[in-house]
Amino acid sequence: MELIQQLVNGISLGSIYALIALGYTMVYGIVRLINFAHGDVFMVGAFVGFYAVTSLDLGFFPALLLAMIACALLGVFIERIAYKPLRNATRIAALITAIGVSLLIEYGTIYVRGAQPEAYPSTLLPAKSIEIFGVTISSQALLILCTSIVLMILLQLIVHKTKIGKAMRAVSYDAEAARLMGINVDNTISATFAIGSALAGAAGVIFGVYYIKIEPLMGIIPGLKAFIAAVLGGIGIIPGAMVGGLVLGVIESLVSGLGYSLWRDGVAFIVLILILIFRPSGLFGKNVKEKV
Amino acid sequence: MTAFKRINGFWLSIVLALVFFAVVQLLISGGMLNSFYINTLFFMAINIILAVSLHLIIGITGQFSIGHAGFLAVGAYASAIMTMKLQMPFALALLVGGVAAAVAGLLIGIPTLRLKGDYLAIATLGFGEIVRIILLNVEYVGGASGMTVTHLTTWPWVFFCLLMTIIVIANFTNSTHGRACISIREDEIAADSMGINTTYYKVTAFVIGSFFAGIAGGLYAHNFYIIQPTNFGFLKSFDILIFVVLGGLGSMSGAVIAAILLTVVSTFLQDYPETRMIIYSIVLILVMLYRPKGLLGTQELTSFFRLRRAVGGKQNDNKHTVA
Amino acid sequence: MTTNTPLLKADNVGIHFGGLKALSGVNIELNAGELVGLIGPNGAGKTTFFNLLTGVYEPTEGSIVLGNDKLNGLAPYQITRKGISRTFQNIRLFGELSVLDNVKVAYHSLARHSIFSSIFRLPSHFSGEKEIEEKAIEFLKIFKLESFMYEKAKNLPYGQQRRLEIARALAAHPKLLLLDEPAAGMNPQETQELMNLIAFIRERFHLTILLIEHDMPLVMGVCERIYVLDHGQLIAHGTPEEIRNNPKVIEAYLGEEIS
Repeated sequence: MELIQQLVNGISLGSIYALIALGYTMVYGIVRLINFAHGDVFMVGAFVGFYAVTSLDLGFFPALLLAMIACALLGVFIERIAYKPLRNATRIAALITAIGVSLLIEYGTIYVRGAQPEAYPSTLLPAKSIEIFGVTISSQALLILCTSIVLMILLQLIVHKTKIGKAMRAVSYDAEAARLMGINVDNTISATFAIGSALAGAAGVIFGVYYIKIEPLMGIIPGLKAFIAAVLGGIGIIPGAMVGGLVLGVIESLVSGLGYSLWRDGVAFIVLILILIFRPSGLFGKNVKEKV
Repeated sequence: MTAFKRINGFWLSIVLALVFFAVVQLLISGGMLNSFYINTLFFMAINIILAVSLHLIIGITGQFSIGHAGFLAVGAYASAIMTMKLQMPFALALLVGGVAAAVAGLLIGIPTLRLKGDYLAIATLGFGEIVRIILLNVEYVGGASGMTVTHLTTWPWVFFCLLMTIIVIANFTNSTHGRACISIREDEIAADSMGINTTYYKVTAFVIGSFFAGIAGGLYAHNFYIIQPTNFGFLKSFDILIFVVLGGLGSMSGAVIAAILLTVVSTFLQDYPETRMIIYSIVLILVMLYRPKGLLGTQELTSFFRLRRAVGGKQNDNKHTVA
Repeated sequence: MTTNTPLLKADNVGIHFGGLKALSGVNIELNAGELVGLIGPNGAGKTTFFNLLTGVYEPTEGSIVLGNDKLNGLAPYQITRKGISRTFQNIRLFGELSVLDNVKVAYHSLARHSIFSSIFRLPSHFSGEKEIEEKAIEFLKIFKLESFMYEKAKNLPYGQQRRLEIARALAAHPKLLLLDEPAAGMNPQETQELMNLIAFIRERFHLTILLIEHDMPLVMGVCERIYVLDHGQLIAHGTPEEIRNNPKVIEAYLGEEIS
């Protein structure tokens, strides 16, 4: 039973990783950039949600929506200001800029509101526990899982059934060819950032509700973990990010469950290094070699 | 002839460096430098060692490693264990710190240096985090509360290590081996097809860089009274990275200048850590947007003097391999 | 054909990427001192074949033998040291390095001084570096590039970059030189100079050359034999005259023009 309980916890945690990982993977798929600032967008989402709940007295879903919109705007803003001018620069220049943006958001937030943590009100969602076959599942965990699943389905619909989704797939396949076919590449990239960032914002609110405590540097570790999840699933592949997130969440919960909770973060990085060494294209990726 | 000239230039720099050393030593023993200045000076030297060691990996060999604080940590803890737990002399502790970091560099370098660009960056970042988490969990080195270390770092040691780092890395760079590394940075596939064993040179550069980061770790640990895993997180790696990037990827003198400047800046902003980080990150973004090659690009400071001489008609630029 | 063993023998060589067969059943033999052309429509697998010869890819079938050495599974740098070097379709110079240093890199494998001696500036470092420098300068003179010696490679005009790339490849002392579209992007006059250069280096260095080229007059003019690839398979092989009149070759090229 203990095992199943850990599994349930792992899936809840994993669904948060998955939501963040989706943004990483989409952005990487389209501009080949590791958007280091993505974890910080997640943090901003958590704070927007928090203020929406405490200052504006909004409920869970309106707060979620507000955080998603705010993060989408933030994502587009970052892309336009910092990344767009670097589209033809070296990968290293883009990566360094992304690290710079990440730190700017973190310490900018501390500068504006201080470093002190906040606590999400516990009354936001009804806290009931449901017992199924001896496993306790809180209604919160259930709601989080449902929200995550709905968002992921929505994303799949956007990517596969809409015009913008088609444009995104085209640009990620070959930006130059897409441009020649009349696709507005800049807008498509912005849309990708918007969608990815909105998902990260949603993950921020969900994280706050589930783990209560939020603070300005909270985005770093989940951000890195989500990136690991994206690599695990095969970066650039949307279903890969979902599976990668869930797998990583479950692995971490199992490690905690075995009593090594202090090593939890280490395990994620070991997973990363192992996957990079043995299967750098990820679980779902194809191996591609540089063209000579 | 040229060899003779090169030796001459080499000894001239050594003599100048020794004069600088003696002057500072006199100022310190004469009590004319207060502890604040001495501390800043030590910091500067340690940062230069770190900057130059990372410069070899990123600037010369083109391998984007962002976990340099991990090697600093390995060196710091290894040397602290030597002096504090095993009562070994400081010199041996420094050496062991360097060797331990080099071994760590070898172990992490062999598997990960096959990766390119972003992936290598993430793998090295992961390595840095793993080191930190291991230190957090090992009771022998004090876990989260860290280790207390006696103050053993003195100006002669700092200076000696700094000089060795610069000489070794400059000499390595200005040789056929350094050229091999630069060719990997410029175009790995072409380097391979020119008969360069790219894996060997990537790992070698990584190990040499790690070794000196470890030496810096030994100096760093014994300049404080305590070392903790939190001193060696990603932000520390980032601090070192910014020296190299700001100075110009591929320019050793650029990395040295950036290390000096930023040490001064961060000393002044010591009491305002958030402001410091905001300034750092904005500077980093602006440099990447408007001057992505950093202050000096791949040029060396010396090449500006050489350029002027070359106008006179005679071109004998032996340092161009530093590129 | 001569009776002695060929310099290079590619026996039934092929490679597939996943399900895609890029090359299959390629048999090519080169005798010492020959200048052979490899032609074919775009996407026929010419560059892929070069990548197999130089170890960038490992063939999934067949074997490649140079002299008495089997090359399958060797790393590119090992193959270069065995005696194959190449130029690239899209020039791959070390842009930030000087022209001289570009050539020096190719001499690296001849260097006998160790990293240790370089770091501590032992006498062997100085003699080793001097030897490399002298050889490299001598080499640049052969190619009339010595006036650009200290120029960064990326600042050279296009034609000179091609020239430097060939010089660099030769400085690695190959027995077999692979040229991947050396005339691409050149005007007729530059192409003529290139043809003279190829004739010259062949004479001077006693080389065997395998040449990929789209410029038909060039290929027909300088090559003794020609292999034709299409859709990853060898469809013809013979003298320029035979190739010119081979119906399969004409069809392969016409087919490309129609589609």
